[in-house]
Amino acid sequence: MSLLLEARDVTKVFVTGGFAQQQRTLAVDRVTLNLSSGTGSIVALAGESGSGKTTLGRILLGLESPTQGEVLYRGHDIAKLGKQERRSFRRDVQAIFQDPFAVYNPFYKIDHIFNVVIGKYNLASSKDEARHLVEQAIQAVGLRPDETLGRYPHQLSGGQRQRVIVARVFLLKPKIVIADEPVSMVDASLRATILEALRALHINFQMSILYITHDLNTAYQVADNIMIMYRGSIVEAGDVEQVINQPEHPYTKLLVSSIPPPDPTKKWIDLSGMASPPFKGMTIDQKMCKFVDRCSVAFEECTSSDLPFFRTSDRRITRCLLYKDSSPVPRDAVLDY
Amino acid sequence: MPETALTVRDLVVHFHTRDGVVRAVDGIDLDLFVGEKLGLVGESGSGKTTLALAIMRMIKPPGRVKSGEIMLGDVDLQSVSDAEMRNLRSSEIAMIPQGAMNALNPVRRIGAQIIDGLVDHDQQGSQESLRSRARELLEQVDLDAEIADRYPHQLSGGMQQRVTIAMAISLGPKVIIADEPTSALDVVVQRHVIDTFERIQTASGTSVILVGHDMGLMAQFNDRIAVMYAGRIVEIAPVADIFARPQHPYTKLLVSSLPHTRNKEVMKGIPGLPPSLVEPISGCPFNPRCPFVMEKCLSIRPELTEGEQDSKVACHLPAGALA
Repeated sequence: MSLLLEARDVTKVFVTGGFAQQQRTLAVDRVTLNLSSGTGSIVALAGESGSGKTTLGRILLGLESPTQGEVLYRGHDIAKLGKQERRSFRRDVQAIFQDPFAVYNPFYKIDHIFNVVIGKYNLASSKDEARHLVEQAIQAVGLRPDETLGRYPHQLSGGQRQRVIVARVFLLKPKIVIADEPVSMVDASLRATILEALRALHINFQMSILYITHDLNTAYQVADNIMIMYRGSIVEAGDVEQVINQPEHPYTKLLVSSIPPPDPTKKWIDLSGMASPPFKGMTIDQKMCKFVDRCSVAFEECTSSDLPFFRTSDRRITRCLLYKDSSPVPRDAVLDY
Repeated sequence: MPETALTVRDLVVHFHTRDGVVRAVDGIDLDLFVGEKLGLVGESGSGKTTLALAIMRMIKPPGRVKSGEIMLGDVDLQSVSDAEMRNLRSSEIAMIPQGAMNALNPVRRIGAQIIDGLVDHDQQGSQESLRSRARELLEQVDLDAEIADRYPHQLSGGMQQRVTIAMAISLGPKVIIADEPTSALDVVVQRHVIDTFERIQTASGTSVILVGHDMGLMAQFNDRIAVMYAGRIVEIAPVADIFARPQHPYTKLLVSSLPHTRNKEVMKGIPGLPPSLVEPISGCPFNPRCPFVMEKCLSIRPELTEGEQDSKVACHLPAGALA
């Protein structure tokens, strides 16, 4: 295994509005995160909309530049990569996005997205070899080449289109895949197929996957580890089994209890007393727990201290003062996947 | 036999497109009992929203209700005049739309929009009493009464969806059709909105059809579930039976494809794709994807018939074959 992608103290502030009514939104707040290749780990990044999970994903992909901090690819800042390095970065770190309609150019046939990468990275020496590679990739995600190639994007369903994107990833064999809500626009009956295709990539080629989602059910099924994000900060991270089945942070508890279990014999957990809706009047700054205005167990100290993570078990850390008796984790040594 | 609030018989809705006639709803029989919460599930394109719109008589060209009968109590919704139908909407049968952000008028204050609905249905009263009624409705859906003075863009998605619920209940309808009311909301917000909706439903005894594809929400909210496939209902049964003893192969595959947080296992999707509704379907529409397909399924389309215990199923397999 080798360390491939590092986010160091990454912060992103979006500034909106005009001169007079300028609003600053802290989308990502000092996240430090390492993603290694060859470990073959799937890590989920979960949180509600507006928690900053997509922004963090885009920063890791180099599509958004951090306001503070830096992202390193093999030890080099991705903002300052040379031509060769940038090329290999673009190959090693691949993205799968939410909307399987928006990523295609409607004027080109499906073949185009394969031909571009084959040409760009010289994957094949002849047309026949190229064709063979593409067919192999398409079959690997459970599609039939003759029903896929030669067609235009609008002739495929959303689920098929998303699988074509997975096939493209298969063709490139990147080291890391950053998949941002890859199945949220796909029908329930097809979700499992796409997630299984992703998991097969991970098992067969030791690809590391960052699975960004708001859906804890699929995160649990797919991932080994999970990070829970709230208002730009990661509040709890660790083994997916532990985090989802015995959540520690009050926000994780709220999130887990809100999932409707797809089983009528299992009752939806009662939310009363667990947390209140966000209180609009309160300014949450970097120097306090971000959940303090909703938390039912908050105390004075929660509003004043810059919280570290506490290591509550071998495989889990939680950013909450309820666990301050556990040993604090130093800021620069966290979240290694 | 419980009293029925809404009866649908042999409903057929066609869309006339350039590619041909799309049979979006292809012969549906449905009974909604008084006070019942019925879930309507199916893949996109299975016809669930079309069915909901047809019941509200809101199908627009190129769509057309080809045949069938929709009875709200003893009123035939197909035969009443447009003016009468307009009056029945909201007062007798209301709809909560999918995207609240598109359902509210962006340039009118929330309170004024609620009052519009009341006035339109001849609710008499002074400006002051209407205004207090609007505030009361907002409080019923757990919103601050001051919201009445705000514009939609000043509210969050969850708050907007609550406003549409307040509008739907404003005239005390007997039936509410909610089309994926929370699919655009976060899971925590969804939970709060559904809790509110359920509390109001229990208090008023309104019958509800909840349209959606989130099987988790369906399992938690409903009394019965109707599963749609290719424009027809293929199974309808009490919610516990849908999950524990599905009788139609499609329901069985759908239930077993659901991810949950209990134990990790290999996820199985449903192979294949739903059929095109333009070409005539021979036999059972699920036959290309069905693992239990038989000779008969290729030529004869199964009718929805009585299955085990208060359920109906459209499948040639003998009763108990999937147990």
